[in-house]
Amino acid sequence: MSTANLLYTDTEDALRDAVRRLFGDRCKPDAVLTVYDHLDAEFTDVWKTLAAELGLAGLLVPESLGGAGASTREAAVVMEEIGRAVAPVPFLSSAVLATVALLETGETQTLESLADGSTTGALTIPLSTPPGSYTATVRVGASGLTGWVSSVAGANTADVLVVPVAGPDGLELHTVARAAPGLKVTPALSLDMTRPIADVEFSAVDSTRIDNGDKGAAGDAVAEALLCGAVLLASEQVGVAQWCLETTLGYVKQRKQFGRPVGSFQALKHRLADLWLEVSSAGATARYAADTYARGDADTPIAAAVAQAYCSDVAAHAAEECIQQHGGIGMTWEYPAHLYLKRAKSDQLALGTPYRHRARLAELIDLPT
Amino acid sequence: MTFDEQAITRDLDSRVRQLLATHEPAHTDPQEFLGARFDAGLAWVQFPEGHGGLGLPQSFQEQVNAALAAAGAPEPAVAKNGIGFGMAAPTIAAFGTEEQKRKFLRPLYINEHVYCQLFSEPGAGSDFGALATRAVRDGSGNGDWIVNGQKVWTSGAQNAQMAILVARTDPNVPKHAGLTYFLCDMTDPGVEVRPLRQITGEAEFNEVFLTDVRVPDANRLGGEGQGWLVALTTLNNERVAIGSGVPNAMIGKVVAAWRAQPELRNPAMLDDLMRLWVESEATRLTGERLRQQLASGQPGPEGSAMKLALARLTQAISGLEMQLHGEAGLRYDDWTLRRPEIVDFIGRGPGYRYLRAKGNSIEGGTSEILRNVIAERVLGLPPEHRADKDIAWKDLAR
Repeated sequence: MSTANLLYTDTEDALRDAVRRLFGDRCKPDAVLTVYDHLDAEFTDVWKTLAAELGLAGLLVPESLGGAGASTREAAVVMEEIGRAVAPVPFLSSAVLATVALLETGETQTLESLADGSTTGALTIPLSTPPGSYTATVRVGASGLTGWVSSVAGANTADVLVVPVAGPDGLELHTVARAAPGLKVTPALSLDMTRPIADVEFSAVDSTRIDNGDKGAAGDAVAEALLCGAVLLASEQVGVAQWCLETTLGYVKQRKQFGRPVGSFQALKHRLADLWLEVSSAGATARYAADTYARGDADTPIAAAVAQAYCSDVAAHAAEECIQQHGGIGMTWEYPAHLYLKRAKSDQLALGTPYRHRARLAELIDLPT
Repeated sequence: MTFDEQAITRDLDSRVRQLLATHEPAHTDPQEFLGARFDAGLAWVQFPEGHGGLGLPQSFQEQVNAALAAAGAPEPAVAKNGIGFGMAAPTIAAFGTEEQKRKFLRPLYINEHVYCQLFSEPGAGSDFGALATRAVRDGSGNGDWIVNGQKVWTSGAQNAQMAILVARTDPNVPKHAGLTYFLCDMTDPGVEVRPLRQITGEAEFNEVFLTDVRVPDANRLGGEGQGWLVALTTLNNERVAIGSGVPNAMIGKVVAAWRAQPELRNPAMLDDLMRLWVESEATRLTGERLRQQLASGQPGPEGSAMKLALARLTQAISGLEMQLHGEAGLRYDDWTLRRPEIVDFIGRGPGYRYLRAKGNSIEGGTSEILRNVIAERVLGLPPEHRADKDIAWKDLAR
């Protein structure tokens, strides 16, 4: 554990600069806001630039398969910036969840097209699924896949779905083309429209089984994807929290009531001091989780649960403080604070609530109920 | 490593070897050894030559400490004389005259002078700058100062030969401008030390009453009226009163009890326990990252905030631990008036931990003051309105 590097390398800082510049140009808050009023708002270009031009879709994919051969340390930096911008891009659903599931099964064809950014994937599970074992709601039969999965992140814009399927001998993993007959994807109104969810219905759909049939292989692949997703989601939460803290600080320094900046009142500044400490600590837990995963450290499941349990609540707290300390302006549609509240609250529920992660942690450190 | 650093390392190695050769640890009186170590410049390598150091970067100290420890050399009494080593020595080095450094640093290092800190007063806690202990020049013209007043929360006063003291020398100027910093002889007959018993039953601290205590002007550190500035150096060196490993050790106690005693388990409590486990781990990692930032030359501001997190955690964990133990939590291990030299959080019972932890958010800066410090110095938020800023100390409301 003492070998964990909790800081950022120069390369990671350079990556951050590139992503921040892109979002600064093309993901400004007023542009992001349009996703709530126009369900067909287009951020495909931003995603294509991020995925293909910056080459970030293949960050976690080995170079031999056309990826960048990077690790969760670099992917975490991208996630921090996605959080800071509440960027409506399917990095988590495609470049992390779908990609890691494919990587773990040894599938290469779909993987290469995801890695070069030419196609986008989605792991077809509810976004709220916690790490651990997953029970599939889609079945395989003679006529293909049948079943229904609700609240799948990124499904509507994906070209290919990676579907955990209940087979006769246990969990299987299949790929399904988005255009396959019998597949129906119904976009839902999401609390966080910057990470839209959709319900997916399978009625005798053709699919390709991609796990090698070994017992437990598909389950392991899904579990690995969820673990990696949990690790990286913590960094997104750190980015959300940092934006909320910095924006609130800027506001309370210039907003005057009673003839003085409201940021001079202890009722606010003490809460901001506490929040700053929380956000700093969240950064340390997220960095530790990203580093342990990257090194294949045996502490990874614990680090992931700690980071998720901690960062989920910090991001939600930061967004709630951001609204409250802005007063009336914080409640307006025009001001971007609500974009962050919606992302933070959805992120708190995504990939397991903090309650689920604490319960999992109790198992991991051998605390029986 | 650059050529210079290699040369310094070699030079330090040879100094250490020479010290060990002329003062074999096994056959040398510990105090004599420490004196020889001081004279060789190996006490604090960052201090000037002739004052226990060699004028080197502090980073070279580690190598000296390791080599001497490996040879079984006597260690300086850093724990027993925490105020001396942690606060008095760096302040004397920063503000002392040549004469004062010569006179005070060596006895401090060889454990002849154990120091205590005469700063806080009954009327000056968080508002330390408002202190009322007076130092007045002796009328006989020898320049001595006569000190009268009362200090409080003085740990180790019963064992101390010397004290760092801040007193008011000019009541006619605003509060921070009228303070002066002294090194005070605790064996002066005007010094009375009374144990201050605390809620745990023990007395780690003292009240110190100063009645016509005579302090020579040669013991004044810094100029008259510069006491606030000098004291800031001391306070910047004040070590976090509670180690960053304490919450993890405390939660370890709770976890061990949970595993060993199934009858104590309560499903509703498990989530609270896990919440604190997570926060302890987050705080440990924050401290670890802070160390990595310092080591790589990018100091983070988290240091000033660690104590805030630690205090909250020790209080929350010990509060939960009491409830976990149920009936056993109704009992206490020892109400006798002990005089401990260290805070034994882990060796004592849950009731002690619960009570002693209450001090963590008060000692060394209350959590409320720390939040002000973070908000104003780290986050750049506007300062509190100060009603006493330009008013002579004697005219302040009290």
